[in-house]
Amino acid sequence: MSLQATTSQTVGPYFKIGLEWLNRDNLVGKGVSGERVTIQGRVVDGDGAPVPDAIVEIWQANAHGKYDHPEDTQDKPLEPGFKGYGRIATNADGVFRFTTIKPGPVPGPDGKEQAPHLVVSVFMRGVLRRTVTRIYFPDEPRNAADFILNLVEPARRSTLIAKKAAGDPGTLEWNVVLQGPDETVFFDLGL
Amino acid sequence: MKRVAAYRAPSPGTQPDHLHPPYVSSLKRAPTKPQVAIPYTLSEVTGPLFGAEIVVPRASDLTQQHSGEPLGERIIVSGRVLDEDSRPLPNTLLEIWQANAAGRYLHEVDQHKAPLDLNFTGCGQAVTDAEGRYRFVTIRPGEYPWRNHYNAWRPAHIHFSLFGPAFATRLVTQMYFPGDPLLPFDPIFNCTADEKARNRLVSVFDWEITMPEHALGYKFDIILRGREATPMEE
Repeated sequence: MSLQATTSQTVGPYFKIGLEWLNRDNLVGKGVSGERVTIQGRVVDGDGAPVPDAIVEIWQANAHGKYDHPEDTQDKPLEPGFKGYGRIATNADGVFRFTTIKPGPVPGPDGKEQAPHLVVSVFMRGVLRRTVTRIYFPDEPRNAADFILNLVEPARRSTLIAKKAAGDPGTLEWNVVLQGPDETVFFDLGL
Repeated sequence: MKRVAAYRAPSPGTQPDHLHPPYVSSLKRAPTKPQVAIPYTLSEVTGPLFGAEIVVPRASDLTQQHSGEPLGERIIVSGRVLDEDSRPLPNTLLEIWQANAAGRYLHEVDQHKAPLDLNFTGCGQAVTDAEGRYRFVTIRPGEYPWRNHYNAWRPAHIHFSLFGPAFATRLVTQMYFPGDPLLPFDPIFNCTADEKARNRLVSVFDWEITMPEHALGYKFDIILRGREATPMEE
C-alpha cells in the first residue's frame, strides 16, 4: 500500500444541487421480475426530530439474487430493466420512500445464502462519514440463519428488518434512528 | 464457493469518527452505539457502475451551463482517482457541487445575504478516463458564514462524491484551497486526528493544469480504498 484513502467529509446541507440529478426512487424498469415492494421510512435524530436533509442510497441484487456488477460471477440472469441502485432524499418530514423488488438471496461469508437484503448508505449534514446499514424483509424464513444478522445482538436485530405498514399491504416501513434506545444498527466497513 | 477479498480498513486517525463535538450538528446525529463489524460479502464488493455515457460533456464545465459566464475567478480542478496501491480507477463517476463566487449556494436553505448568480448552478459531473483522470472547469467558490459557533466561516471548498468500483469504496469528501486562512478554524476540515490526512484535502496549485491567459489550475487526487489480497478458493 503506497497511498492512504482520502478523508471522508460531510455532504453538508446543500447536497441537493450536486446529487439530485441521479435521484432514483423507482428501481424497477420495464419487464423486471420479482415481488414489488414500496419501502417507506423516516430518518430521526437524537431528539426524535425528523432529519429533512438526509440522503439514502440503496444497492441490491435482482429477484434472482444477481448483482449487476462484474464481480458477481454467479450463473444467474441479469435483467436489463434492473440496475439495483437507488438514491432518495428525505423530505421536510424526514421521510423517504422508494419502490423496488424483493431481491433474491446472494452468497454469504459462510458459503450459505444470505437472507434477502438491501445494503444502504445514509449521508447527512452533521455526519462526517457515511453510515452503512441493511434492510431485511419481514416474514422471511432465511432471516433466522443469516450470517450478518447473527452478528448483531438479538435485541437490536429488529432495527434491520422492515415491518409491514399498517393498513397498506404493499408497503414496508423501515426507519433510520440515529441515536437512543432504538438506534438503528450501523455496520463497520471501515468507511 | 469463492470467498470475497475485503477492502482495507483505514489507517488510524485518517478518517473522522461519527461524533466530532466541535461540529455541533454531529451531537444529535452521530450514531452512539458501537458499529457492528461484519465481513465483506458480495453485497459490499459490488456496487453501482456508471459509464461515461451518463454525463454530458458540458457537465464538467460549470462555466458553460448557462447563456452567460458566471462571475468570479475561473479555475480548473483536475486530478486522478487512484486506489491505495496507486492503480488508476477508470470509469468512476465524480459529482461536485459548490457555492458561487460570492459564497452562496443555489439552494432554498441557504439564506446568506450574498447574491445568487443566474449563470452559475454550481454542480458538475465527470467520469474518469482510462488513466483515472478527471477535469472540471469552474469558478473559485467563496467562503461563507455558518452558525456552528460565533463568527464561524467555512473555508472555500468544493464537495466531491465518488462511487468507485464497489459499495465499499463510496466516498463523499470536500476539496479545499491552498493557503486558505480559515482552514485552522474549521471543525469539518479538522475532523481527523492525523494532520497529514486532512492536509491531503487541500488541493495544490499546478502550473501544468494552469492555462495561459485563461485560468489557474489546481490538482486534487482522490484515493479510494485498496483491497486485501484475494483469498484462496475454499
